[in-house]
Amino acid sequence: MFKYILRRALQAIPLLFFISFALFGLMQASGDPLATFGGRQPLQPDDRARLARQMGLDQPFLVQYLIWLTGDDWLRWDTDGDRLADHAIIVPLADLEGQPLPPGRRYGIIRGDFGASVQMRKPAIEVIGDKIGPTLLLMGTAQVVIVIVSLVIGILSAVRQYTWVDSLLTSFSFVMYSFPIFLIALLLMYLFAIKFREWGLPYFPISGMFDPRGGVTPQEIAWHMVLPVTSISLISIAGYSRYIRSTMLEVINSDYIRTARAKGLSERRTLMVHAFKNASLPLVTLIGLDIPFLLGGAVVTEQLFGWPGLGSQFINSINASDFPVLMTLLMMISVAVVIFQILTDITYTFLDPRIRY
Amino acid sequence: MTANTSESPRPVTLTHPSAQHPPRSQMNRVARRFLRHRLAVTGSVMLIAIMLYVTLGALIFTEAQANYNDTSRRLEAPSTQHPFGTDTIGRDILARTIYGGQISLLIGVFAVSVSVTVGVMVGVVSGYYGGWIDGLLMRFTEAMLCIPSLLLLLVISKFLGGRIPDVNFLGREFSGSVIVIIAIIGLTSWMYLARIVRASVLSLKQAEFIVAAEALGAPTRRVILAHILPNILAPVIVSATLGVAGAILSEAYISFLGLGVKPPTATWGNMLDGASRFIAEAPWLWLCPGVLILITVMSINFVGDGLRDALDPRSDNKV
Repeated sequence: MFKYILRRALQAIPLLFFISFALFGLMQASGDPLATFGGRQPLQPDDRARLARQMGLDQPFLVQYLIWLTGDDWLRWDTDGDRLADHAIIVPLADLEGQPLPPGRRYGIIRGDFGASVQMRKPAIEVIGDKIGPTLLLMGTAQVVIVIVSLVIGILSAVRQYTWVDSLLTSFSFVMYSFPIFLIALLLMYLFAIKFREWGLPYFPISGMFDPRGGVTPQEIAWHMVLPVTSISLISIAGYSRYIRSTMLEVINSDYIRTARAKGLSERRTLMVHAFKNASLPLVTLIGLDIPFLLGGAVVTEQLFGWPGLGSQFINSINASDFPVLMTLLMMISVAVVIFQILTDITYTFLDPRIRY
Repeated sequence: MTANTSESPRPVTLTHPSAQHPPRSQMNRVARRFLRHRLAVTGSVMLIAIMLYVTLGALIFTEAQANYNDTSRRLEAPSTQHPFGTDTIGRDILARTIYGGQISLLIGVFAVSVSVTVGVMVGVVSGYYGGWIDGLLMRFTEAMLCIPSLLLLLVISKFLGGRIPDVNFLGREFSGSVIVIIAIIGLTSWMYLARIVRASVLSLKQAEFIVAAEALGAPTRRVILAHILPNILAPVIVSATLGVAGAILSEAYISFLGLGVKPPTATWGNMLDGASRFIAEAPWLWLCPGVLILITVMSINFVGDGLRDALDPRSDNKV
């Protein structure tokens, strides 16, 4: 088991390097972070050249990647631009032309330095840190709702297979499964915020995380979360509940359930203890593999509801070509995916002793 | 699931079988199973209706009408003159949903062609050759799966956005971003298909008819094209059908976020861009394209589901 984990972890390292390299290349080629640096006014050519030099943007791609990865405190820099050494940067700890150059100040991503956000002028990790709370709150709540509701729906329609309950829930899942999330969000907003307000009913807010007048109280946040959580949940419940229904059906038709019934266990006990326990195993995999993707937030939903999370931040950073933030976020998700894949495998072996590695 | 439809016993005669009633072909059986699938038939009918809507509609409105804007008539509610109302700069939404639908369906179909080509190629090569090629391709596939596909789509569309000039196709002017969107949706959605194909090829490789073909000295190309490909067609068709629905949704999401197809070319997705600011004032702005996307995606999903059951009667998977 330990060997298996070690092997998986070692396999993941080149994978992550490859992902980071590909993403870094894509971003370098995709836009100019200095384009929006000066706010509304374009930068003066001199300032532009100086900033590019200071931020290392004038270096060749491979050098930029290396610096992003390992930092530049072991290199000598020429940031004021009066030396010839600008591009000869792999000059390990040697002075150029007798002039001592200051070492760089970056430590690189492998030493936990994710670089500074171009747009916000603070460390990228802080930008992410500010937004991760709201995203985890929103997505975590949604995930809990999704799992609970789809368990109920899935089990109910499996136990009542081919009755009207089943067909009703099945049609519901089929329709919800095809719903674009923005349509459902807009419909919910229209009905529960705008129409309810018109009708004088208590209405839900449609934007932000709290009302500035009300302040940040748990009730405020919960009230603001109702519509976005409902939108996200409705879409995902469809897929999850179909999955639970099919694993549950598989289990119900197996020999050990017949045995449990034959020895006279109550139907309730048979279903809840014997059937559900076994049917929930594949669900663990499904949830485990989905959790890291919660970090990406629900881009469309967050954008629509003005939720200050990582999803909105991602769009924001893309529009500003803020590579350090984008890279930090994407690499964080990739690492989480790898870790959760391993964790899911380990959990599974504990839950299902038939599986050995 | 229903069992295979039993064929009627063939009478023993000395004439050539083709002179008799031909035995029911595989296609025939698949078609019968498909037609018995209620949701699939409903889906097909809805899909045909949508296709008629976007093609016949084009006979009534010209594309110039769809792009014609009259700012004095902005955000008008549905009326006899504009049955679906007008948008933020006074364009007729009905005409735009017709032309937008054409582009959205086009993007769906072409993006899936890209993803099926890549997915099948990666899957077949990986499964058939094995070894280091397999290792390399599968690591690459895993890497692609590590990043949420919507985020990857957004990054790549930023990367390619505005680089491709407008193109003239079938006498119409398309924004170059249509091609970009087709390419990036195709290139970020082949991974699951590649895995399915690889698994099928791996199990087929052990099959006796493949071993026999190889033993007879059939060249690799022939083994793959004539013996392996026809046998992995079923999962590919199902996955391609469902993929069209996914691609239409993806286009809608990125265009909705403003990184998709650029105006004036309309798509159902970019008609929604900015519509969320008029939730209360102009619900027709988002309702019309939104509902059309829903109907299309739903009917394609129904058809894909029916195809899965029809092509593979053994599968219990009725999800």
